[in-house]
Amino acid sequence: MEFLLASAIGCLTAAGVYLTLRKRSFAVVLGMTMLSYATNLFLFATGRLVVDRPPILQDGVAGYTDPIPQALVLTAIVISFGMTALVVMMALGAFVEGGDDRIDLPRRDRKGPGA
Amino acid sequence: MNHWLVVPVVLPAFAGPLIVLGMRRDLLLQRVFGTAATAAQLALAIWLMVQAMGGEVQVYRLGNWAAPFGIVLMLDRLAALMLVLAGLVGLVVQLYAIGSGWDRRGWHFHALWQFQLMGINGAFLTGDAFNLFVFFEILLIASYGLMIHSGGELRLRAGVQYVIYNLAGSSLFLAALGTIYSATGTLNMADLALRVAQMPAGDTAVLRVGAVLLMLVFAIKAALVPLHFWLPSTYARAPGPVAALFAIMTKVGIYAIIRFFTLVFPADSVIERLAADILLPAALVTLIVGQLGVLGSRHLGRMAAFAALGSVGTAMVAVAQFRLPGLTAGIWYMVHSTLASAALFLAVDLIAARRPGAGQWLRLAPPIAQGGIVAALFFAAAIGIAGLPPLSGFPGKLAVMQSVRDADGAAAIWAIILVSSLLAIAGLTRAGSLVFWKAHAAQDAPPPQAEPDEPPHDPAPTSAALALTATAALVAGMVALTVFAGPMMRYADATARQLVDPEPYIGAVLRDQEGVK
Repeated sequence: MEFLLASAIGCLTAAGVYLTLRKRSFAVVLGMTMLSYATNLFLFATGRLVVDRPPILQDGVAGYTDPIPQALVLTAIVISFGMTALVVMMALGAFVEGGDDRIDLPRRDRKGPGA
Repeated sequence: MNHWLVVPVVLPAFAGPLIVLGMRRDLLLQRVFGTAATAAQLALAIWLMVQAMGGEVQVYRLGNWAAPFGIVLMLDRLAALMLVLAGLVGLVVQLYAIGSGWDRRGWHFHALWQFQLMGINGAFLTGDAFNLFVFFEILLIASYGLMIHSGGELRLRAGVQYVIYNLAGSSLFLAALGTIYSATGTLNMADLALRVAQMPAGDTAVLRVGAVLLMLVFAIKAALVPLHFWLPSTYARAPGPVAALFAIMTKVGIYAIIRFFTLVFPADSVIERLAADILLPAALVTLIVGQLGVLGSRHLGRMAAFAALGSVGTAMVAVAQFRLPGLTAGIWYMVHSTLASAALFLAVDLIAARRPGAGQWLRLAPPIAQGGIVAALFFAAAIGIAGLPPLSGFPGKLAVMQSVRDADGAAAIWAIILVSSLLAIAGLTRAGSLVFWKAHAAQDAPPPQAEPDEPPHDPAPTSAALALTATAALVAGMVALTVFAGPMMRYADATARQLVDPEPYIGAVLRDQEGVK
């Protein structure tokens, strides 16, 4: 299970980094989503991998799973979900106003109109 | 327990939604209520600073849960100083936004302003690493909305870059927190400090990785080279008052670096002098890149953005010592450069509003209206950011240089600071003379082509006098910082002393826990 999780995080991160470095905003948004999935899985794993254990110690229970990373992941999922929605809207706005979905700024941002 | 500690977060958290829900159609009500809320935060911050002056570290336990299980808010001298700075810049720049009419050019300006202040205040107050992440997200979400306020193609494009850069930063922040949690099992900063100090020396690889990841995240926020690429276009394309408020956002990054690398990872802990060894060269390169950018920009907003970058570099040179004279100088320079950058952004916006053809581009255009006052404000802001006497940048830069006197390669650091200051002065002088003096020669020339990127400012300013007064207030802040340099330097010194001796801070969180759940 450790190998499965580690390789999943690794593949997601690699794909996420590759896509984030692309020039079109659609690919970049997909890449950011994958990066945040990878981060969430990683956060989940920081509480150690255990199966079928309660999150709170009680009488008659031998082991438990750390509940804090799960709470952190929940917060992180909510935030990254909202952020993805926001960046999609902003990328759409830039596409509608500018006519293309390139992520890099045109030369006239630095050199002035007409450059 | 002093309940006032949570009010700088709770007050804007209520003011923001009230503005959205109750007054979205009434701009006057929004202005009055928004300004009143910000003024109340400033007054509260000053009152908290008076309490923190004595040196006592106050703790607020949310829900009265015992640390390290519950979240704590902490008030020490540094947090109080940053709160006052945020409140001051927030209030003055908000008045500028009202006077210049920027708040009319889009929706929800005043609500987003409150959310932005909520995130900034929270980030300064919190004593919990994951809570710091949450407040970073709050201030970022509000800043995304403010950054693209009133729209426009290039502003949206720059906004998309800004959002994506910071999303990557947030992922990195989570990864860093996860790494640190897996090594120590806690996220409370005081508890982290204790456990990091107790780590066996041979078993710290994961922790060191976490510390460096965390440093990268804060370096993104502070825009240290090579993680600064988001800053120039974002600040240049953001509305003028928003860029002026963002002057405090890079300081949030510096604040977090100071907090973590004096409290949790001091130089005598597992990472040894790693933080200083990485941050000092980065700060020097940031300084050079920033001041070269001032000289090389063809756009006033971009020039101001690079000047802000240079001032972050200067402050970081001092902070990267993580020792007493350096921290004092860094704290002083942080306060000064926030005021100076904000004043420069406002002065640039004043110029742009009066040059309908050329906008912020450094091209010949007819002289501007009210040229004398605007030129005086630009001149004062430029003197401030370049660190020339008589404004507060001069003693600040002197203190920074004095603090590195015993460091390795002090001669090289001095040379970089001095030569790069000269570059900045040359760049600012060129911009000022082109806009204010050569303009008279171009009076009879045909007006330049209309600017397709930046639509003319419409509607017209609400009150040009208020906009000018607000900019002058920031300059007056720098004058006050110079006049009261003695008391201010003593406060900065006391703050630095509190930082290098974290024992009372840790004790306040973990030891005195009577009557908690």
